Amino acid sequence: MAITEVERRRGQLAALSIAAVVIIVGVPLWWRTTETYRAWLPVSQIKDLAKLQLHLSADVEVVFARGTVTPEQQKKVPLTQTQDEEHAVDEDTTLRYRYETKYRTATIMEEDALKKPTAAEADLSLHVLSESPCGSLVVYVIPESSSLLPEDVNVYIGQRRTALVRISAQMRVGKTLEQLLAHLEPRIKQVLQVMSFSHTDITVALSDRVRFRPGNKESIADSMRAFKSSPGYEITFSLLNPDPKSHQLHWDIEGAVQTYIQPLLTKLSPLANFSIDSQTLYYTMLGVTPRFDSSLEAYTLNADSLAHVINPVEARLGSNAASSNPVLNFLLYVPDIRHSPLYIHDHRKQEVPSNAFHSPRWGGIMVYNVNGFYGSETEFPVHVNINMAKVMGVFLAQLRLLLGVQSLSPPPGFLVAPCGSTGLADWELDRLMWSRSVENIATATTTITSLAQLLDQIGNIVINDNIAQQVSSAVTSLQLAMAELEVGNLGFALQYSKEAILASEKAFFDPSLLHLLYFPDDQKFAIYIPLFLPMCVPILLSMLKIVSEARQRRREKQAKKE
Amino acid sequence: VCALHNSAGQFFSSGHTNNWAVLVCTSRFWFNYRHVANTLSVYRSVKRLGIPDSHIVLMLADDMACNHRNPKPATVFSHKNMELNVYGDDVEVDYRGYEVTVENFLRVLTGRLPPSTPRSKRLLSDDRSNILIYLTGHGGNGFLKFQDSEEISNVELADAFEQMWQKRRYNELLFIIDTCQGASMYERFYSPNIMALASSQVGEDSLSHQPDLAIGVHLMDRYTFYMLEFLEDIHPASKTNMNDLFKVCPKSQCVSTPGHRTDLFLRDPGSVLITDFFGSVRKVELTMDAINLTDPINPVNGEEQKEVYSYADQLPVSEIIHQKPKQKDWHPPDGFILGLWTLILLVFFKTYGIKHLKHIF
Repeated sequence: MAITEVERRRGQLAALSIAAVVIIVGVPLWWRTTETYRAWLPVSQIKDLAKLQLHLSADVEVVFARGTVTPEQQKKVPLTQTQDEEHAVDEDTTLRYRYETKYRTATIMEEDALKKPTAAEADLSLHVLSESPCGSLVVYVIPESSSLLPEDVNVYIGQRRTALVRISAQMRVGKTLEQLLAHLEPRIKQVLQVMSFSHTDITVALSDRVRFRPGNKESIADSMRAFKSSPGYEITFSLLNPDPKSHQLHWDIEGAVQTYIQPLLTKLSPLANFSIDSQTLYYTMLGVTPRFDSSLEAYTLNADSLAHVINPVEARLGSNAASSNPVLNFLLYVPDIRHSPLYIHDHRKQEVPSNAFHSPRWGGIMVYNVNGFYGSETEFPVHVNINMAKVMGVFLAQLRLLLGVQSLSPPPGFLVAPCGSTGLADWELDRLMWSRSVENIATATTTITSLAQLLDQIGNIVINDNIAQQVSSAVTSLQLAMAELEVGNLGFALQYSKEAILASEKAFFDPSLLHLLYFPDDQKFAIYIPLFLPMCVPILLSMLKIVSEARQRRREKQAKKE
Repeated sequence: VCALHNSAGQFFSSGHTNNWAVLVCTSRFWFNYRHVANTLSVYRSVKRLGIPDSHIVLMLADDMACNHRNPKPATVFSHKNMELNVYGDDVEVDYRGYEVTVENFLRVLTGRLPPSTPRSKRLLSDDRSNILIYLTGHGGNGFLKFQDSEEISNVELADAFEQMWQKRRYNELLFIIDTCQGASMYERFYSPNIMALASSQVGEDSLSHQPDLAIGVHLMDRYTFYMLEFLEDIHPASKTNMNDLFKVCPKSQCVSTPGHRTDLFLRDPGSVLITDFFGSVRKVELTMDAINLTDPINPVNGEEQKEVYSYADQLPVSEIIHQKPKQKDWHPPDGFILGLWTLILLVFFKTYGIKHLKHIF
């Protein structure tokens, strides 16, 4: 009897200790060994970023030349004004624009500069005097009597960051400073719309965050044309010669790129890296047969057939791009002798002066006729030197459009200076930098928030340390970029936004984040039951036995007491 | 203004600027010839309608054209009587053989490829790309079999599409699947702008078209066969819309009931052109301005010493001839092992007696 009692106690102790080991040691061990390694992510900061509040700020300096303000008014100037505009794009995104306007009078040297005969020369000498930082503007107010601007023009927008505004006749005398400022305000607002960021530009740049309903047709066309922000672009120039037996073409592409294209790309270097290459393709025809127009004695391609030109050519182009950057293709097509000359006609059957067309997010094609360079008795093949200045003029215009430099029609009374030899005015660069910074920030915030959401939803993905580090650095860069935008340091804001987007893309597209471990519940049960059930059944049953015996004993004791 | 309005009208209708296609055949072995033929027929149509190879990711799990059992090597036919060789001489397969796995397929879709992956193996789409995804193979209720050893479930596929949407990797997506119970694969999609077609409903099998007695296997599946017939009538400028594609292969021809799903798609299917997905009609704008460049070209500095490159000597014969023999590892002198064995044998026979020698001689 006693032996069985000891044995029973031993059995109970054994069962209890096995259960204890299983629960205290086994369960945590199983939990630790089957959990996935997830490094810490700054989730709260990412949640804050989901609600994007962008503050953009631009500095404007308004300089009054002699003759625009009276001596008493001159004493009240200089003063500073700040204007704020707020727009809510959708429930997660708000924009605030701030314009800090400083008023002052012109210095002696500026007055001398404004005395130059033409507006372009005045612009140049003003630029020599002081160079405005990125993102800021200087507006010179000149009197109505000034001869710098032609009759019907009231505003001249220069190549750099200056504008000349002429006050109208009624502001000559007897008006107070407030009235003068009130008169100037709409003009300056118009200048800002043209030279600095505008609400339409910024909302287009936010298209990654906010999916717009089809609204203005032109704005949609603009947003689809330019390439999205990318750390680099590959540009390829191709010369297509379908008829080498007749034309032996020579183009100085290296020199042309160095002289005409490289200055633009150097100016755009804060935005992205560019790599250029070129090739010549022989026996590549356009996929469309042009029609012969007897009235012009020439072959024509009408605008509708242009859409089918690109595909057959693209198959031949090849690409030696070693990165995943977008490729811009610029093709120069010299028609074969049987289809020369070849002109492109628009929808109204008018000849297109540049004889070129471009495709959004792809590149451009220009048709270059060489039949004028030789007579009918020459010996074939004819050696032709291509006029690279003309060709590059067209390609440069297409490149500007494809990279996002909008060609807007200025308001009436405005005269915009041509963009100069680099192909890009300083204020155009500023506009591009504003929209690129906003686009980068919008894309980076969307990427980071969706990555955080994804990692939250799918518990099985391993988060390595390098991904956590990339995410943290992306979040830091984003915060810095937004702070710099608020202050108005455009250059730094763009740099930080580029770092943010690089880090966020690297984190999002890391190859280790592949979720292959989708286990539906029934499969999970199917795997664990054969492993754990045979082990748990004896333990459970012995636990139950112990409990029932204890209860029975207590009942016996109760019965004995009574 | 007129030109801009017209081209803006074109933009407004579809919203995409480029087209991509991801065509996947998931089964291997000779008797699954029809799956490779399916994929190659769609590849052929898509190329004919304009999508270039650089925008097509073609994944074939097995090589039928050069299979040992192919009586007509270097060809893959889609119709008996060998009317149409869909293999041709212009096929660019991006993922072949064992590279076609669930992991690689999901990596292509989500973009999470190792940095060394070449451009031709990547899906470099952006937010203005229309993507056509075509899958074929053996499938079941909620899964598609890859390579006879693994499977992709409809939940994983839906999650992959959602990740593509989050990163704005597509504008619109057309998903076509030709497997048994194909409709189960698109049941779980929840991202916007996806249109899906399947060759059969849940519980039905997709059947193959007809065998060719010379080649000895079934050449194509019914749904893709009739779809190929339908696509042969489409040319790059045609205006046929998606409602016609939904009518392809009715139950009388297909035996199974093809299904489609358009509730996630924003536009009305009647306004979606076939060439929006299968072809690549580019939007075009006329260049109205040119920049006036007046500077003469700077002659490129000729003095710049360009680095002279040359090939490394692949086979340095002179060095090889006059080379000293390589130091081999030391071995004991030749007779040593023989002598050692003789010693062992002698000791053995000494111990146990010489009469055992007779077993050797």
